[in-house]
Amino acid sequence: MTVELISGDRHLTAVLVGELDHHTAAAARELIDARLERLTPPLLIIDMAGVSFMDSSGIGLILGRKRTAESYGGSVMIKNPSRPAEKVIRLAGLQELVIPEKAGGSPVSEKERKRK
Amino acid sequence: MKIKNYMKLTVPAKSVNESVIRSCTAAFAAQVDPTLEELSDLRSAVSEAVTNCIVHGYKDSEGEITVVLKLTADGWLYIKISDKGCGIEDIEQAMTPLFTTAPEGERAGLGFAVMEAFTDDLKVRSAVGKGTAVTMKKKLSGKYE
Repeated sequence: MTVELISGDRHLTAVLVGELDHHTAAAARELIDARLERLTPPLLIIDMAGVSFMDSSGIGLILGRKRTAESYGGSVMIKNPSRPAEKVIRLAGLQELVIPEKAGGSPVSEKERKRK
Repeated sequence: MKIKNYMKLTVPAKSVNESVIRSCTAAFAAQVDPTLEELSDLRSAVSEAVTNCIVHGYKDSEGEITVVLKLTADGWLYIKISDKGCGIEDIEQAMTPLFTTAPEGERAGLGFAVMEAFTDDLKVRSAVGKGTAVTMKKKLSGKYE
């Protein structure tokens, strides 16, 4: 699993690519938290389009970052979950964290959401 | 139903083997030509069971995990994943969604919920101090030829 961290205006995006399980979640957690705790962005976006496999360890990763973000008043959203990620997210009842998609299929950006 | 093929794997309880076991399971199941969705579900269920052996059964100490796969002519896959770890005191409690004994490890308490949702049958047998065996059944849409 690779983790790419992209700092935006008022958000941090973590792009996860590869298999997300108990083994790979530990390293992803450390990478994200190091940046999250330093920058304390109002919003952390976890981009899961490239997650080819996920089990409940991915839910632990999402909820753990949500806890970290909320500890300083931030929040977490999930962008573009792949089919395997989306199934487990739905099972865990975390759909409300997924950024809704536009009719065209591409996700609504934070900016557009605020404009509405 | 007659068993057409089987496989037995024993690996040390290392987290790197989570992906090894789910890949081997998917490769074994692929011989009946199941759907990608079925393979994906199977990989998730197996991954949860193996993770439980490592995190809970052996509590990140040394041990062995054994996986037995059996495939019938009409596409039923039987999966048994067992450890010789600490065992589960209260299986019903352990299987309750969101219950976990390892919140500090960021375990969501959803392992058994995933196994249950992504397979057709789940049974858990455990003896404290002796170990745990999880047995799952999954119907794959293909047939053995």
